[in-house]
Amino acid sequence: MSMGHLTIETHNLNLYYTNFHALIDINLAIQEQRITALIGPSGCGKSTLVRVFNRMNDLIEGVRVTGEVLVEGSNIFSPDTDLISLREKVGMVFQRPNPFPLSVRDNLTFGLEIHQEHSNKNRTEIIEQSLKDVLLWNDLKDHLNQSALRLSLEQQQRLCIARVLAMKPQIILMDEPCSALDPIATLKIEELMQELKKNYTIVIVTHNMQQAARASDYTAFLYLGELIEFGETKHIFSAPEQKQTEDYITGRFG
Amino acid sequence: MERHFQKELESLKTSLIKMGSVVEENIALSIRSVTEKNRELAQKVIESDVRIDALEIEIDNAIVDLLALQQPVASDLRFILAALKINNDLERIGDHAVNIAQAAQVLCSIPDVELLNEIPKMAEITRTMLKEAIDSFILLDPVKARAVLKTDDQIDNLNRTVIRTVIELLKSNKQTAECGLELSLISRNMERVADLATNIAEEVIFHTQARVVKHHAENRK
Repeated sequence: MSMGHLTIETHNLNLYYTNFHALIDINLAIQEQRITALIGPSGCGKSTLVRVFNRMNDLIEGVRVTGEVLVEGSNIFSPDTDLISLREKVGMVFQRPNPFPLSVRDNLTFGLEIHQEHSNKNRTEIIEQSLKDVLLWNDLKDHLNQSALRLSLEQQQRLCIARVLAMKPQIILMDEPCSALDPIATLKIEELMQELKKNYTIVIVTHNMQQAARASDYTAFLYLGELIEFGETKHIFSAPEQKQTEDYITGRFG
Repeated sequence: MERHFQKELESLKTSLIKMGSVVEENIALSIRSVTEKNRELAQKVIESDVRIDALEIEIDNAIVDLLALQQPVASDLRFILAALKINNDLERIGDHAVNIAQAAQVLCSIPDVELLNEIPKMAEITRTMLKEAIDSFILLDPVKARAVLKTDDQIDNLNRTVIRTVIELLKSNKQTAECGLELSLISRNMERVADLATNIAEEVIFHTQARVVKHHAENRK
């Protein structure tokens, strides 16, 4: 496997929820401007792992982490890490589209207001660019004051991605971003991911193995908190090295 | 969890094994029709080829369904791809059996045909290669499959010897052109069967070990 620039690296990462050992000695290297899929049966730790990358797990009581997680070379668990700027750099899209009950425009500027100062002119540009990036601009440019909750589910999910893009992140984490969408909307989001990877690194958690196969460049298979196999997606889905991976992706267990 | 899909893969394998046994039988009969100069055996081979053709189409259809409906991955995908090619190889071998049987019929009408020593030898090796290739598929045994690959050179050498000998015999007028032509056709067809048996063995290695060994790919690395 040829390695480009690494955006995220974990070194002997362990995570405990009080007494439960949820991630066990994870060593993973995620490449820049590639889509990396995390797959595995429910409870294997894939969502926990993706939430480590912007320290979303900090909010859960009893969480303890050992080992190192480097984002752009800096250990995000070191005491001098600025959480706000980490989450600017590492955005997140969730399972269910969760736009704020605000207008389309305010959804996009919400983060900007909290995180930084921007001139109004600058904001207008950011709104336009992020909506263009998720292919919503033509549909919504005349409806920026409309409530985001009136959009279709797919449009809502696109808007949530645009909301992340407005912050100019480097990495976009997606935790089952299509599980609330129908198959056509799912394919559209997958197509969008292919566009986005030209500028962003994407890590996606998915239950849908066909989605991992179609949409990702690299696949990591987790089972019971361990990283069983990591490699190029085309390799994982044609000739995996590990029997557990083989059994999982061919539907023999899980 | 045993999936319904697994049963369909098993049934695909069973169909291929059935196809393999019909083809193996036809090759054996066609060879006997040559060595025993038996017109009836040759006729039997020619007539039963339709059965092989029908099986080929049946298996092809089953494979299209599995690919379209199940989106197989990993070893399931490699098995289905191997099955698709093996199916095609077996059908071709069936055609070569017909060619050999037709040559046998021509030879039957020529008095005093002397089979060259190499022909029965080739027949024996070819038949064994085919049997071992099909067995390696039934048992999914890459070791057996690799043994088949090693035998192919012997057949190539024997084929060249037959062609050379026929040319010598023709030059010295010890054989009629008709007889020489049929003997070299038989030799050529057996050599093709051995090649196709080699292909089958290569597909078994691809399925079981995810390794491409055809066209001496491993030696080139």
